[in-house]
Parts: sequence; structure tokens; C-alpha cells
Amino acid sequence: MAASSATKMQVTEEVIIQMSQVNKWYGTFHVLRDINLTVNKGERIVICGPSGSGKSTLIRCLNRLEEHQSGDITVQGITINNDLKNIDEIRREVGMVFQHFNLFPHLTILENCTLAPIWVRRMPKADAEAIAMKYLERVKIPEQAHKYPGQLSGGQQQRVAIARSLCMEPQLMLFDEPTSALDPEMIKEVLDTMVSLAEDGMSMICVTHEMGFARKVANRVIFMDEGQIIEEKEPEEFFNNPENERTKLFLSQILDH
Amino acid sequence: MTTPRKYVRTEDAPLLPPPATEAGITGWLWQNIFASMSDFQSLGAAIRSLFMILFSLLLVYLFIDQTYGLIDFAILSAVWSDPEGLKREVCWTVQQGGSLPDGWHGACWPFVWAKQKFAWFGPYPSEELWRIYLSLIVGSIGLVWALRERLPYRRQVGVLMLTLYPLLAFILLTGGNSDASFTGIGVWIIVGLALISVGRMGAAGHLGTIFAELAGIFGIVGWGIIALNVVRGIVAVDFNLTPVGTGDWGGLLITLVVALTGIVASLPLGIILALGRRSEMPVVSVLCTIFIEFWRGVPLITVLFMASVMLPLFLPAGVNFDNLLRALIGVMLFSAAYMAEVVRGGLQAIDKGQYEGAQAMGLSYWQTMRLIVLPQALTHVIPGIVNTFIGLFKDTTLVSIVGIFDLLGAGQSAVADAAWSTPVQAITIYLYIGIIFFIFTTLVSIVGIFDLLGAGQSAIADAAWSTPVQAITIYLYIGIIFFIFCFGMSRYSIFMENKLSKSRRH
Repeated sequence: MAASSATKMQVTEEVIIQMSQVNKWYGTFHVLRDINLTVNKGERIVICGPSGSGKSTLIRCLNRLEEHQSGDITVQGITINNDLKNIDEIRREVGMVFQHFNLFPHLTILENCTLAPIWVRRMPKADAEAIAMKYLERVKIPEQAHKYPGQLSGGQQQRVAIARSLCMEPQLMLFDEPTSALDPEMIKEVLDTMVSLAEDGMSMICVTHEMGFARKVANRVIFMDEGQIIEEKEPEEFFNNPENERTKLFLSQILDH
Repeated sequence: MTTPRKYVRTEDAPLLPPPATEAGITGWLWQNIFASMSDFQSLGAAIRSLFMILFSLLLVYLFIDQTYGLIDFAILSAVWSDPEGLKREVCWTVQQGGSLPDGWHGACWPFVWAKQKFAWFGPYPSEELWRIYLSLIVGSIGLVWALRERLPYRRQVGVLMLTLYPLLAFILLTGGNSDASFTGIGVWIIVGLALISVGRMGAAGHLGTIFAELAGIFGIVGWGIIALNVVRGIVAVDFNLTPVGTGDWGGLLITLVVALTGIVASLPLGIILALGRRSEMPVVSVLCTIFIEFWRGVPLITVLFMASVMLPLFLPAGVNFDNLLRALIGVMLFSAAYMAEVVRGGLQAIDKGQYEGAQAMGLSYWQTMRLIVLPQALTHVIPGIVNTFIGLFKDTTLVSIVGIFDLLGAGQSAVADAAWSTPVQAITIYLYIGIIFFIFTTLVSIVGIFDLLGAGQSAIADAAWSTPVQAITIYLYIGIIFFIFCFGMSRYSIFMENKLSKSRRH
């Protein structure tokens, strides 16, 4: 397992995300301050930091769920600006998993998964269903395909949400605190799914406080506070030798239990 | 090893069947009828049970007492037939010169049977009634087909019912052969095609950036003009049917035409207005809000008077809209405004995450609305939608005050027939109309029971003072007063919405 993941989890030279001098305000509140970040294809980045530090806002800027006011963001070579065509193109290539799953409660699991391939990729229904079943098997719940989201446990729903994003065969996955709304015994099944995704070479940016996950799969950990990136290290370094006082305080608070 | 505590089980507790009060027929009876009245375990419970028994009996008595009068009048004491053709005398008591015992009080159904055709179709020519029957039969089959689950081609039938059927019904009912000129229609179609071409060229970027953004609007307007004129063209074809003007329509036919047009048009219009009001584009949002607040703030009765009395004053001489068509448009816009607010309530109940989930997958605005938001929002507000439909159906009785003979209007003019003049004549016909309305509204919602006669009867008194200028002035005045009150309520509800939604923001 370890050997295979080591070979698969290769970071390439190809740049997938380029953020330079990105600033964002909510009204007068300066929520993202001069963010500069480059992510290569195949990288697995964990972003952590105290609540309100701008982690979620940062990744939500990457698919234009939030608008940044200055600076440049390029995803897969496409610049995010007011051009709706660019935004549509980026959203097709970037999958996102939310804290509260955001499954569509009036559609079955299978319909949740086939919706975007059918309506956005214009795929025939049969092909879309084949792909959906492939990814539902990948997250180990093909037998739930014809149930509704409300009939599933939280962990199962989050795995469906992951499968739903994968059905668009994205180049990059964004995770916005995917385990924060889950019961402790369901966190593991979701993290396992994410680990296996990382082992298959998926580029991912993950906002999470699951430090075990960060240690296991991340190749970089980014620490944010007050809208700025104040520390960036490889996981072992990050946990053992944090430099910034704020990082030390944060780590001591979440690890000393 | 410690001694096990008494409350810690060492083996599984057995699974037991439920007690008799929880399952089966006894369970049902217990839970639904006797639960509150058969507990005699303590003195307090026994007193409460006795009280509940007495209270239940009292309610049953009141119900029977109230309904018995109605049943007696409508069924037990009623005169059902008039085999000898006596007309009004069949319902006269001895004192009045008839044969019924003195003090008799009951429904005079032969009067209704005699006025049946009039109440249903007004002065529509008898030999052309097959056209109404045909429209009604095709309509009912189509409606049932489109609404029943699991029938083949359900969606296609539904689309036909919304597109082809209104056209078919219109041609059948009026006879088609309208006097629109085919040359004029041709010119309009060319204009439509020209607009579409401009839109296409704009979309391809040949006409500069401003046109590129407006391309969609050109296309929509162009197609709209073409569709409208194709309809005008079809309606102008001579189908060799005797023309029957809407002035000869009446009774239930009018009620159904007005109500169904209003119901069918108000939902899509209301959805568009609701989406518009919540739009992030300020111009669209403000326009939709003004439209909704205007139509919601004016009583329907004023709208109808404006449409039938005031509108012709503004139209150039020679241009004459059909009176019924004017009322239809008024009802349509009026109910669309109400529907818009019902739908908006549903839209507000949808979590922000649903929009984000859809957007993150790359769905467009319209796809998000159609596939994700509206299916859920409309489900939430079904009671409100049905409420609006039923209200609309009953409010159609108001058209009788602008000279359109709906069911209630036909009933009123039937009462004036001296050949049937008996003391119970008016009660019988209103009972009959009430029953018809009740059946239709029950079809719309089998859940609620509503006061059916009230809305229509209030219109009777108003019709008496419809002198042209005075009427306009007074209704305008009333309209303004109503508008101020309704607008105040509406502003308050916006305030409440803002206040309540603050706590729900993340």
C-alpha cells in the first residue's frame, strides 16, 4: 500500500492553480489579504487555521462561489473573471465537496450523480448512469443508488457527494470541511475515501482540521490566520517545527487533548 | 470479578408484541376515538373522561342539528319533478294557490332543471352546444391523462394541453374565422423573423458587444411575435363553424374559461415574477416588485372595472377588445401577482447550499432553478398554490358585475323569470350554484371546506350603481384606499422577513 501510493502520489510540474495578490472584502471587512499560492497538478494541500481566518473563502474563490475584488486567479490556465464562459468551464473541471453535503433531497442518489453529466456535459443518460455507478462503487455504496439522500447516514451522504463530484471527472477537487458535520464514527469512512482518492493521484485542496489526514496524504500544509497565509510546510515539518507563534498556539489547542 | 449491578442486563430483553391499544382495529379505535374518554383509573381522569364523552355527544348533536335543516330543505322536503309542466305552481303552497301544504319550505328543483342549460352555458345557441361538449370532453380526458401518474406520453399530453388545446377550445367555442387580415399577420411574422436574425447575428458577434448581450432578448421577442401571429392566423381560418361571440357565452362555461385561464397562466407567470423579484439584477427586481405590489394592492373588482369600463377610453377609436378577453387578462395578471408571492415564499425556504451545490457542478442559472430549486420550492408551497387557485375560482363570480354572465350571473337572471316565481326560487338556485362551486373547489382541494357563496353574493349589491363616470371615480377611490392598506401590510411583511432571516444567515 505504502509503496504503491508513493509511486502514484507524484506531484507534476504542471501548474493547476495560480493565485497572485488576491484580495477580497466582505463589505469593509478584509477577508483575504494578498494571497499568493501556486498548486501543481497532483498536489494534495491541506489548509487549516482558526475559524474566520478565510480558509473556506479562499477555496470558494477558486470556483467563483465567491468573487475576489483584486488580484489574479488562474485555474487550469483559465482566468477567473466576469466572463461567464470561463466560470462555466472552470466549474466543469473543479469538483467541490461541502461541509453540509448539499445533496439534492428531491433526487435519488443516482439522479444526484447523473444530473451534471447529463445537463452540463450533455452525456446520454445511459452513459451518465454507468459513470455514476462506477463512482458509487468507488465510494462503496452502489446499493444505495435508488434511495433518497434523506434515507442515508451523514457519512454515506458525504461519500455520495464525493461520488457526485467525481462523476464530472474533474481535474481538481476542493473539500470544504468535509467531516465537520459528521458523527465521530462516520468521519473515518469519509477520510478513507479521500485518502484513496489522493492515492489515485487526484489534485486536491482540503480545508480540514483532521490532522491525521493531513499527515497521511498532504504534501503541503497551509496555515491561515486573519485572511493571510502565515505558514506553509510539509506535514512533518509543520507539526514538529512550526515557526509562527500563532501556528504553535493553534496546534497546541487542537492536538493537546 | 465484580457483582453485576441489577440494572445492567446480562442477556437480551425479549421482543414482545405491542399491547392491544397500539395495533389492529382496537388500536385504531382506541387512538382515534376513545383515547381521551375511557380512562377511569383515577377520580380526576374519570371526571375528565366523562366530560369528554358529554362534549363529544354535544358536538355530534350540534352537527346533526345544523346539517338536518339543510338536508331537509335540499332533499327531504324538496320538490323534485314537475311532470304536468305547472312551472311555478308546482312549488306553491295551498295558501299561495298551489297544492303543497301550508308552511312548506323546501327546494324547488324543477326550476333548476328548467334553467339547467342557461345556468351552464348562458345564451349559447342550443344547436351549437356540441362544440362546448367536445371541448369539455377533450379537456377532461387530456387533464386526467396529464395529471395521472404512470400513464404513457404523460409529458407530451401535458404540453399539448397547454399549447394546442387552448387553441382548439377557442376555435370550437368562438367558431374561429376572426377578421384579422392575413397580410397583417404575414408582415408581423416577417418582423419576427427579422428580429431573430438580428439576434443570431448579434450572438455571433457581428454587431458589436452591446448587441451580443441583447441577442437573447431579440430572439425571445422575435419568437414571441411569430407564435402570437401563427395563433392569430389559425384563428382567422374559416372552419365553416357558426360564429358565437363571447357575448353569447354564459354560466358555468364562463366560470370555467375564466378560472382555468387564470389558473394555467398564473403559475408560470407567478414563477417568472417571483424569480424576477429575487433577481440580483436591480432593474428586473424593481420592475417585478412594482408589478406585484400594484396588482396585489388593487381589489379584483377594481381591476375588472378598469378593464371593462376604463380601458376602452384609452384605446384609439375602432380598436375594440373583446369584453371577456379584457376581464381574462385582468384576472390573469391579478392572480399571477398573488402566485408570485406564494412561490417566493417557497424560494426563500431553499437553503443556500442547494444553489452552491448546483453552481459548483457547473449548472447554469436556469438549469439550477428548473432542476434543483423550483421542484423543491413548489413542493413546499403546494397548500398556498392550491389556496390561490381556489380563491381565483371563487373570485371569477366577480366578472358578473362587468356584464359577463358567469354561473352566478346566470343564476341571478334565472331568478327574474316570473314563470317560476315562488318563495323558494332564489334559495334553490343559489343552493344549486353553491353545490356546483363546492364540487369544483373540492376537486381542486379535497382537504378544505370553504364558504362558497359569500364571495359572489357580495357582488350583487355593487352592480346596482354602475353609472359610467361615477363608477370609475368611486372605484378608483376605493382602489387607492385598498392599495394603501395592502401596501402597508406588504411592507410590514418585508420587514418581518428581513428580521426573521437574519437569524438564519451563516
